[in-house]
Amino acid sequence: MDFQSCVNIKKEWDIVGARQLGRDIARKIGFGTVDQARIATAISELARNIYLYAGTGKVCFEALEEIDHKGIAIIAMDNGPGIQEISQVMEDGFSTSGGLGAGLPGVKRLMDEFDIHSEEGKGTEIRVVKWLR
Amino acid sequence: MSTLKLDLENYKELLQEYIRTKDEQALYQAEQFSKQSMQHQISPDEIINVHIQSLQEIYPEMPEYIQSSMNFLLETMISYGLAYQEHQSLREKQLELKSEISVAANMQKTLLSTVKPELDEVEIGALSVPAKQMNGDYHHFVYDNQGNLGIAVADVIGKGVPAALCMSMIKYSMDTFPEMRMDPSVILGSLNRVVERNVDSSMFVTMFYGLYNSNDHTFSYSSAGHEPGFYYHKETDEFEEIDVPGLVLGVSADTAYTQYKREVKRGDMIILLTDGVTECRQGERFIEQDEVLDVIKSYSHLPPQDIVDQVYRHFERLQDFHLRDDFTLIVLRRNV
Repeated sequence: MDFQSCVNIKKEWDIVGARQLGRDIARKIGFGTVDQARIATAISELARNIYLYAGTGKVCFEALEEIDHKGIAIIAMDNGPGIQEISQVMEDGFSTSGGLGAGLPGVKRLMDEFDIHSEEGKGTEIRVVKWLR
Repeated sequence: MSTLKLDLENYKELLQEYIRTKDEQALYQAEQFSKQSMQHQISPDEIINVHIQSLQEIYPEMPEYIQSSMNFLLETMISYGLAYQEHQSLREKQLELKSEISVAANMQKTLLSTVKPELDEVEIGALSVPAKQMNGDYHHFVYDNQGNLGIAVADVIGKGVPAALCMSMIKYSMDTFPEMRMDPSVILGSLNRVVERNVDSSMFVTMFYGLYNSNDHTFSYSSAGHEPGFYYHKETDEFEEIDVPGLVLGVSADTAYTQYKREVKRGDMIILLTDGVTECRQGERFIEQDEVLDVIKSYSHLPPQDIVDQVYRHFERLQDFHLRDDFTLIVLRRNV
């Protein structure tokens, strides 16, 4: 957990910036092309959620280094309206509305670990981790 | 052809084989490969990845722009991969739901089951087939051993699970009514209050209740907005509609139902049904009432159970074996 870098999400263009930074970090950690693509897709999804539902927020990255494995953590934070029914948005077919966007279940599938905290009226924080195999 | 393994080596060999021979055999193996991959829930982006890796190994000198274009393709397929995985998990959920509904449907069958009384004086034929797994139609027979046969036919406006739940409640209420009070108007009046109190106002139930007295061969009946039945005169070989007024159940708590009575002659038939029978469709066309009666008439020489079975078969075929609504048909015939 030696460094953390963040990208502020304010406009749609910032999603690209977040993807870029996340991909660079993932590459440095040693992730292959497919995993880089998956990580970038997860970042897109998290950043787009901020852009669409909270307006502003940020996406941060941490390179994880433990004794036996390395990985990347992505933390998406916003002060938006929060999520009322977390179990509902984690359900397949709920947020994807006709197959557009992977939704949070998609993010969960792309990554190895998934954790979400959300409070109505206060905001949402989602932390996901992918480990290098 | 040996069983294919889902590994990079295998894909690489198949690809190499195809590039060398351009041969249908290799393409057939590619098809097998993709089917097996699906069986193992391998998503499309993973196949692209295996393809890229194979290319790199077969052509170490691969131009940079091909490598880039492949990465680009991989990126576009990630979302398809997710959609594929979501599809898999939704499919599993659907199977779960299906089996849950079939358990519920079996429970409902047990709950709503009714025994068709075997009487010398009147012969009964009855059939009820749900359009979906759960039946929103209901019919019930009660016989009091003193010659009184009660027959209820009901239909919930709507289909599927909500209709079935509502029907189960109606059946339960009818079971709690004292047996000596089998007057159709009284029964409908009581049920109306039950439905009005317990069922959402957007849901309506229609019911026809008839009481056949096999001592004097009279038939008393009341209807709560139910599909009209028919009376068949054997002497003239003609049908007469049994259309009586009455508000559907559950609209207003103080609805009263009028009771009617008629004599039944030997060989005459009473036909009760739900709109699943009269609203059968051939293509986009609703069939005419006369068609239903013609079909019934054409089997009228048969025992009542055979009549209802044959009529059902006729309309099942007419609708390409796909019922649009629950189908219930009851035929009573005075024998002695």
